[in-house]
Formats: sequence, C-alpha cells, structure tokens
Amino acid sequence: MAAAAAAAADEAERSRGRRAALCFAAIAVLLGLPLWWRTTETYRAALPYAGIAALGRLPLQLSVPISVVFAPGSVPADLPRQLPYRDVREEPVPVVSRSDVAARYEELYRGTTAREAAALGAATAREADAALHALQDASPGSLTVYVVPESSPLLPQGTDVYVGKHRSALLRAGQGLAALRARLQQLTRVMALPATSIAAALADRVPDGQLGPDARRHLKSSLGYEITFSLLNPDPKSHDVDWDIEGAVGRYVQPVLDKLSAVANFSVDSQILYYAVLGVTPRFDKESSSFLLSAHSLPHVINPVEARLGSSAASLYPVLNFLLYVPERSHSPLYIQDKDGAPVPTNAFHSPRWGGIMIYNVEAPASPQASLPLHVDVDMVRVMEVFLAQLRLLFGISREELPPEFQVESPGNEGLADWELDRLLWAHTVENIATVATTLTSLAQLLDQISNIVIKDDVASEVYHAVASVQDAMAELAEGRLRSAFQASKEAVTSSERAFFDPSLLHLLYFPDDQKFAIYIPLFLPMAVPILLSLAKILREAKQRKKEPSKID
Amino acid sequence: REELLLRPLPAGDVAAAFQFRTRWDADLRRGAVSHYRLFPKALGQLVAAQGVRELHLALTQGFWRTQSWGQPPLGAPAGAELWVWFQDSVPDVDKAWKELSNVLSGIFCASLNFIDSTNTVTPTASFKPLGLANGTDHRLLRYAVLPREVVCTENLTPWKKLLPCGSKAGLAVLLKAERLFHSSYHSQAVHIRPICRDASCLAVSWELRQTLTVVFDSFTSGQGKKDWSLFKMFSRTLTDACPLASDSKVYVDISPKNKEKELLEVTPTPTSVHEAVVQGDKRTYAVYDLLSPSLFNSSRSLNVQLKWKRPQDSQELSTPVLHAQRYVSGYGLQTGEISTLIHNTHPYRAFPVILLETVPWYLRLYVHTLTIITKGKENKPSYIHYQPAQDRKRPHLLEMLIQLPANSVTKVTIQFERALLKWTEYTPDPNHGFYVSPSVLSALVPSVIAMKDVDVEESPLFASLFPSSDGSSYFVRLYTEPLLVNLPTPDFSMPYNVICLTCTVVAVCYGSFYNLLTRTFHVEEPSRGGLAKRLANVIRKFRGVPPL
Repeated sequence: MAAAAAAAADEAERSRGRRAALCFAAIAVLLGLPLWWRTTETYRAALPYAGIAALGRLPLQLSVPISVVFAPGSVPADLPRQLPYRDVREEPVPVVSRSDVAARYEELYRGTTAREAAALGAATAREADAALHALQDASPGSLTVYVVPESSPLLPQGTDVYVGKHRSALLRAGQGLAALRARLQQLTRVMALPATSIAAALADRVPDGQLGPDARRHLKSSLGYEITFSLLNPDPKSHDVDWDIEGAVGRYVQPVLDKLSAVANFSVDSQILYYAVLGVTPRFDKESSSFLLSAHSLPHVINPVEARLGSSAASLYPVLNFLLYVPERSHSPLYIQDKDGAPVPTNAFHSPRWGGIMIYNVEAPASPQASLPLHVDVDMVRVMEVFLAQLRLLFGISREELPPEFQVESPGNEGLADWELDRLLWAHTVENIATVATTLTSLAQLLDQISNIVIKDDVASEVYHAVASVQDAMAELAEGRLRSAFQASKEAVTSSERAFFDPSLLHLLYFPDDQKFAIYIPLFLPMAVPILLSLAKILREAKQRKKEPSKID
Repeated sequence: REELLLRPLPAGDVAAAFQFRTRWDADLRRGAVSHYRLFPKALGQLVAAQGVRELHLALTQGFWRTQSWGQPPLGAPAGAELWVWFQDSVPDVDKAWKELSNVLSGIFCASLNFIDSTNTVTPTASFKPLGLANGTDHRLLRYAVLPREVVCTENLTPWKKLLPCGSKAGLAVLLKAERLFHSSYHSQAVHIRPICRDASCLAVSWELRQTLTVVFDSFTSGQGKKDWSLFKMFSRTLTDACPLASDSKVYVDISPKNKEKELLEVTPTPTSVHEAVVQGDKRTYAVYDLLSPSLFNSSRSLNVQLKWKRPQDSQELSTPVLHAQRYVSGYGLQTGEISTLIHNTHPYRAFPVILLETVPWYLRLYVHTLTIITKGKENKPSYIHYQPAQDRKRPHLLEMLIQLPANSVTKVTIQFERALLKWTEYTPDPNHGFYVSPSVLSALVPSVIAMKDVDVEESPLFASLFPSSDGSSYFVRLYTEPLLVNLPTPDFSMPYNVICLTCTVVAVCYGSFYNLLTRTFHVEEPSRGGLAKRLANVIRKFRGVPPL
C-alpha cells in the first residue's frame, strides 16, 4: 500500500519535472530566442529592391521631337494626310547589350508660318539660320527641319542639306515622301541621338572587344571637371618660357566652357613646372638633325610627369591635363613620330580620359653666343588650337563622317553648335542613368550577400531618392524633355554615390564570426544542453508510454 | 630666394637651416581662374578654397636642446604642429579646419587627419598673425600639435616637390633624405602668410616660406674632430643656383667666441662677410653668393669647409636668455604633477612670457593646485585664460602671462588626475604611454647688446618672419619637451574574461536551479554505511568493540 502510494507520489513528481522541463524549453524558445534575435540584429532599413532590379535592363526610350516645316512649294505630292499632322517613328538604337534602348522620333509635319517664310527668304543659308533661330524656342534635344523648294537659292549647288549652328537644318525637297524620309533619317543620325556615344555610355554593359577604341576615349560623365594647363620647362637654365595663359583661357577656352556649362561645372587653372622631364629619352635622327619620340614610347612619357602635376586639393572632380612641353636645349627640336615613322604635324598627342601633351619647340637662337636663358613667348593661338581640338575629342564631340551633300555651319567662337551640345547631353544622360543602375545594382547585390552590413535610414532614403530620380529621368527622356532628364539623372548619380560610399555601411562589416562564437558558447552551451537532454528524455518516455498500452492490450 | 645658414653649435654639432621663400603677387581670395607660376598649385588651391589667411605647419623629428644649442632658428615642437588663421569670411571655421587638416595630411603624407576637436585649441594670446592682418579675432585661429607623429622621408619628398626647382638645382640639391634623417634633429616647415607687395603696402602678396633645419652630430661622425664640410654632412656639394631664384646664398656662422679671433677657418674664401644681430647676439657670417659668377670659376662645385684651428676643449656654454624644461612628477597611477621650469638668465632685465599649456582631457587638471613660484615667492600671473576640458571633446587650454624677474628660475606646477579611458580609446601600444603636447613659451626677450636698425629683408633667414618692434628686444618662441604619461592600462583580454566568468556563474546557477526543478528525488534507504561508518567498524573490530 505504502509502496503504491510512494509510486503514485513518484509518478506525480516525475510528471511535475516533465512539465517544468517543458516550461523551460517554452520560455527559452518563446522569450529567449526573440529577445536574443531582437537585441543582436543589425539594423537594415528596407530598400526598393524591385525598383533596382527593374533598372537592371535599362528600358530606355529616347524620344526626339522633330518638326518638319515645309516652305511653300516644297510639299511633296504624296503626303498621306493634310498638313499639319503628327507621325511617330521608332527604331532601336543599335547597342549590343543587355538593355533595350529604343529611339522614338516624334515628327510633326506642318507648313511655315508667315515669319518663317520671310526668314527663309534670306539671301544665304547662314542668314536664314540666324533669322530662324530668333523665331523658334527650340528646347534642348529637339530639331526643326525646314524643307525648302528644290529651286531654292538658299542652298548652293550640290548641297542638299544645310546643318545650322543651332537646332535647325535646311533640306532641299526631293522627289516624293520616300526620298524625304531617307534624308530625314540621315539627318537625325547626324544631328540627334549619337548612337556611338550612347553605346560608349553603356560600355560597362557591352562585352569587351565590341567597341572601337574611340568609345573608350570619352571622359566619364561627371558633375564637374577640372582643366589644368601645365607648362613643363625641364631646362630653366636655357629657356625662360613665358605664356599668356590667362588671356588665352579667356579668349579661347572660356567661350567653349560657357557653352558646356550646361553639362558640367568646369574650373580652369594653370601652372608652370620646372625640371619636369619626360620619362623617355628621345632618339636622335641624323637626317633631320632632330630628336624623335616614336608612337610606341609615348605611353611611358606621362608617368614621371604625372607625379609632378599634383592632384587637386580642392575638389574630387576628374582632372583634364593639358601639358605644353618645351624640350631641353640638348633635346631640341623634338618631334613625335607616328606609327609609320612620319612626324605628326601638330606635334601633340592625347591620352584617353587623361588629357593631352603638346611639344613646343623653341627655335635655336641665330647666334650661338646669345645669352642664356633665352626668353621665349609661347604662341598661344597655335597651342590653344591643339588643346581645344583635344578637348573636343576627349568630350566626344567629334564630327562623324558626312555624306558629301551635307554642309555644316562652323560653330564660330563658341566652338560648339547647339545640336552638338544636345548630343553630349544625350550621351551624358544615358551614361548617368547607366551608372546609377550599375551602382544601385551592385549595392543591392552587396547588401544581399553580406548580411552584416548595417543599412541606416539615411542610406535607404538616398537609395529611394536615386531610384525615384532615375525613374524620373527615364520618364523625361521618353517625353523628350532632355534638360530635365539630365538634371534628374545628375541628382540620381549624386544620391546613388552617396549611398554607395556611405561610411556607415562598413561599421560592422569586419566583425569576425569566431569572436561571436567565443562570446556565445560559454552561455548558450550550458543552458541549451540540459534543455535539449530533458526534451529528448521526455520524447523517449512518451514513445515508450505509447508502446506500453498496446502491450497490455 | 633660397638661403642656407650653417652654424656650428657647441659640443660639435652643426645646425643647417634652409629657407626657401616664394612670393606670389596675386590675390588668393578671388577664387575663379587661378594661374600658378612658382607658387605650388596644390597649396594655392587649398589656401583659396578654405579661406586661409595664414598657415604654419611644422614636422619635426627630435628635440631642439635650447639649453645647449642656443635659440633655435625657428622653433618647432617634436611631432607635427599646425596653426592656421582663417579669413573672417569663413562661415564655419571648425569645418574648414577639419577639411584643411585632412587635405594637408594628403599633401604631406603625414597623419594630420588625427587632428580633431580633442587636440585643437584656440589660444587667445600666444599666437599672433605673422603677416598682414587687420584684426586679431582669435576665434579664427586654430592650433594643434600631434606629438606622436614620426617624421620621415615620405614627408620630405612632397615638401621638396613644392620647391620651384624641386631638388634638381640650387641649395635643394643638398637635401638628401638619407643624410637628413641621420641627424640629431630634423624639422621641416611650411609657412604661408600675406605680406606687403612693396614698401607702400597697397597690394597684398602671398609668401610661402619653406624651412628645413637639421642638426648634424659632426663630432661623433668625424672621429672626434669638429671639422665639417658640406660634402661630409650632405654627401653632396653645391654646383649652381636655382635658375629661378633671385637670391641664393649660403651663410656660415663664424662669430668669434670668447673674444678670441681666428679660431676657425673656412674654405674657400667667402664672397663677403655679413654682420648682423640675431636673437640678441652679434653674429658674423661668411656669405657665399651662388649667383655671383666668380664662385664657380675656380672649381665646378662649392664645398664649404670649416676647420677649427686648435681643439677647444673647455668651451663654456653660453646659455640662452630664456629656456625651459618640463617634466611629470608623482607616483602611482592616480595623480601626478606637471612642472615647468622657466629660466631667465638675463643679468638685469625682467620680462614677461606667455605660457601656453595644452593638456589632453584624460589628464584632469586641478586648477586650484596651480602654483607659480619664483625665487621662493609666489608669482601671480597678470593674465590667465583657462578653458576646461570636456571629456572626449576638447582639451584643457591654459594660458598665462608670467613676469620673469632677472636671473631667476620660475617653477609652474599643476596637479592632475588620470582618467580611465574606454577600452576602445587606447592606442595600439597603451603601455608606451600617452603624449602630452609641449607647452609653448612666447616672449619678447630683451637683448643683451643693443641692436641697430637693420633692414630685416637683408638679414639672413628668419629675422623677417618675426620683425622686432623696437631695437631693444626680440621675439622668441620656445617649445618644451613633450611629455609621456602612463595611464592606468587594463588587461585587454579582460572583457572576454568577464564574459566567460559571468557566463560560467550564470550557467552554474541555472544548472542547479534547472536540476532542482526538473529532476525527481527518491529517498533511498541506506543499505550499507558510508565510508566513515565502515572505517569506524574496522577500528571497532580491532578494538574488539561490536560494530555500529
């Protein structure tokens, strides 16, 4: 009897122990685990991953508003509809990449207004261009094509197309609509969307080897550039070189930069460096009694000079270097040889995305007794001509091959026609968008892979802002509003870079895992083992009890 | 302008001080397009961008022993020192200061980026603008010293790059890093300040002064002889002047000591001899003008040599009028005392001196323990500016104007308590100790001999940096030794030990509690006795007593 009572008490005690063990386990799981999770969690704000993923393919649609204006007597007979009417033509931009870039030309066909007709009555194409510019308020990125009658005196014989300084062109009416369309297509290829620059802008997404060397020449799109003119005088003992850089910059460079200021901020400075030598010893050529630098040694020229140039202390913008090198007396005259061995006429070369170097030979004094140092005044016109050409090359504002019946008006002192600026804007906008897409995609990838990174709210808001701006820019591009698209893309670049380079991302990145284990194990192991063991025991007993009743039955 | 001053020091050391001055006739405040000729672009852009009015940066390795070497040509504390006056148009001086120190650390490859609010002070009296200035609102001044900074070749190379001729021509040829750092003292500095363009002072020019001072120990390297030559010291000789320099001179100090003439001999014969009163001392210089064509006629290179005619053994040390020492006293790791001894050896004149102390926040100063004792009596300072420290924000700043009686030693002591740092705030080598930046003494020292009015532009080296107001006194700025203070250093494995210990305690408590609650306990009838009982029974058996 007593034994039975003792067994019953024992059983009651045992079931109490089981309940206690289960309670422990429940508290540990329900309270402990969430508490531990909450307190050790790295803060990660939510990011618009879907928006970023959508950017990956860059579904760009670039629309170009084109007005085709028919002067009286030039309307083709086979127009499909009554003037004015609208037409939309879409064609894919030939970019070999993982993105769908499509161009969309929104053409508006209409007749001339009275004032335009009057302007077209000017004597020469140039005057007509100037008069028409006053009449139109063409927004950046748009084009106006005036179709003049076949017999118009505006265009000289043999010229069918005249490209003006601004955003308009004159076109001689041909036979029928089909010819007109072909001409228009040709014209838009010259004046509007620059397919090659856009391809270059998306260069990151294009596999290597599919782009020409030109594509890599252009400077990366940036919010600003610094232009530094340096005069290198390696031999101040014999040459006292002087240059009027201040005047030359004001006269030749500033007008171009004023025009380009829509694209980026520019700052210009200059310096004179003494005892700065090229890294290559030139070869003496007996025939011409001059020194020669061959094309294949030019890459070695820049490095030793670069160390002296000094980086800019005041800003983070990329620097464009233009160097004027006055060779030492013992090495003059110095000429650059191209690959075929012929001397380069400008005696200059440029290095992609870096700048240009020009060699300026000082004429030997007539009498050898002339006192040293020899005073030299640099002919800035000659120098600036070369530097400006290099600047255009570096920005990718080079003219494409034109058919012979095209005549292009020279942009004059500004060095840049409006439509060329538009092309630059197109390229930069697309490049900015591509950069933002790349930055955001890699940021998202990085955050996805490394779970240790803290994402603060301000980083998240920058990312949101970048995504919104980039979507904004793409919408504006599709609407054909180039300037606001460019602004939005610039904002997107700024925000995305700020998010990507935010130092707070690195805070916990290097917290090693072994330290974590070292801290957790002394606490978690002794606490978890009894709980797990008693749970296992309870399970085992429960199983046994399930078996026992079947045995009794 | 380039100048080199060579000065034999007592005890056989030779001090060589280089100075390169670049003047730029342009207004840096304009901003827009800037065109640089001789002035380095990197510094010019920096000055323009950050609105700097005056910039003084010194990087020093070693300590100038004022007591035995005399007044330094240009004082500098060990480590890195930077002080800057900003334009009054700068909106946020602290931000500009931060950016400036970061850019400078990039230019000079020095760790000036460690300058932050915990080691930056705004002295009110010690540092005055050295160039043109209207108004000395000290809120535009920032001053910081990094005594920990080690100066080496990587700091010298960018410094040389700023010279118009680089190290290719002129005096800079001598600057060979290998020799310069094999010396007792090395200090290189950059000073930028606005100066008058001409006598009428209607326009402002900017002056960049690059100075470099080295002290060679020619006594030990020259097998006990005190003779030296340029080649022996720099392992180079001078071949030409920098073609861009308007002035290129080497000065050798041949001042007669002890009224004995012709004690030493310099070869080759100098182009001229120049006498000047520098820092209250009459000095004679042999001058070599590198621009004069006659110098390089006879030989292609100039190798200045100095020979002592006879070995002087009992050369008395002419102690300078003002010098100072500083040390930490006290025992244990809780409190301590900083003592500064200021000597005035002038025979009959008393003069005031401004003492600037910057003490990091982790030494908590007790200002009430500040005592200043001269000749056994208390010396009350006529001006005290004290800014207490804030933990992890700013250091203590103590400025005092103390009158030093003639021929006296003044002792300034102040007690401090060492603070406990957070364990992440310790440096990688905490047992090395923590540096306390040197204190700065600025004084107008009355001259022993009367000075005549000389054209300051003509006198060599640094005279024009601190022009004296009248002929009777000259300006001296001295730095004391940096201090090394030990702070209580914890065992850095302690946090982990604490974690382990607490975890073990928690685990033990938890384990017994858990067992108590979940295990079932049976009362077991004792079948056989325990060990004690059995032992007792064995003993009882021996004794013949019945077992228990």
